[in-house]
Amino acid sequence: MKVLAFILTVIAGILLLSVLDDLPAWGDAQSPANSYVAAYYLENAMEQTHVPNVVTAVLADYRSFDTMFETGVVFVVVIGIMAILRRGSDSTVDRKTKRPPHAPPDAFILGVATRFIVPFMQMFALYVIAHGHHSPGGGFQGGVILGASVILLAMTGELKSALGKMTEKWFIILSALGFLIFAGVGLVCMFYGGNFLDYSALAPLLGGDPHTAAIMARYHAMLWVEIGVAFTVMSAMFAIFAYLSSDGWMDRGL
Amino acid sequence: MMVWLETNYNYLLVIILLMTGLWAMIGKNNLIKKCIGMCIFQNAIIMFFISMGAKGGSTIPILKHVAGAHGHGPESYITDPALYANPLTQILMLTAIVVGVATLGMALTLVQKIYQEYGTCEEDEILDRMNESGVSQG
Repeated sequence: MKVLAFILTVIAGILLLSVLDDLPAWGDAQSPANSYVAAYYLENAMEQTHVPNVVTAVLADYRSFDTMFETGVVFVVVIGIMAILRRGSDSTVDRKTKRPPHAPPDAFILGVATRFIVPFMQMFALYVIAHGHHSPGGGFQGGVILGASVILLAMTGELKSALGKMTEKWFIILSALGFLIFAGVGLVCMFYGGNFLDYSALAPLLGGDPHTAAIMARYHAMLWVEIGVAFTVMSAMFAIFAYLSSDGWMDRGL
Repeated sequence: MMVWLETNYNYLLVIILLMTGLWAMIGKNNLIKKCIGMCIFQNAIIMFFISMGAKGGSTIPILKHVAGAHGHGPESYITDPALYANPLTQILMLTAIVVGVATLGMALTLVQKIYQEYGTCEEDEILDRMNESGVSQG
């Protein structure tokens, strides 16, 4: 079996190596990937959306349909992990013998340092989400930092203390809410007569000069979309950690 | 050969990573190691896309101000594509990273469930136990 796997891997490697000559050189600015649509985004994103961070503009506006379903994948993963691993309170089969009561961790300095650092992490996460238009950041990154702050609480203290702040009910609701915000922004665009996720249809909400309002509608709708992504990603990160580390019991972590 | 290495070494590294991940996925017996292989494979693809989007002498795809300008309008930003790295590959990989974490979490969840059922993560032992209990291998 191992020999077969090794031969298959080597064949795949040789096949990949044989097409190396056709690939563009490292850092080639004229390569096909860098020429057509990428150059269009760089040239026009600022004019069309007023967002200097082109990554955010492409992520949340030009390719928002893609991003919406990526968020959907993350949401489905939360639901899937819950369905596979979760053990309800009714299925307490000889639980005492399987999982001895957890001694509270005796790490005073760690606990104090965590409590000190978590608010700053969350504040920075909110900055990353809200300032994603102008600096590196956005919903995915900020959501991961938010999730990491809750995971830090769960890792240094007990899982229960983190679950007291971010209960199971709430992270399920938040992960659904994030996807709902994203899809809801798209639906509101349809109610205003545009296509699904065509943010410029939201211009009547802002008023003023229609052309400027259309651009600013795209600008502001992107923030809403990023907030939705952040909700889903944050709850997904914490859900993955909580279910995996507690083996589905949700009583104690690692 | 050396000239070729200088211009294409990124693809060489990606191929080595791809082969490592592929070998771990199909050759290893332990399910956790298979998950690690999947993660290495994903990261190789991410590196491939990012290196495709790199341009010599470019910076991150966040538009820079025209010197001296402080406004927020389009006229106060430089929009020359040659100055910035490819944003498209970066956003594709940004979502791929998060979805990769999510799929890895899902894979580990399945492994944990298998461990609960069979008490092992080794593939051959799982197959033995399935045969013992009369479950067909499928």
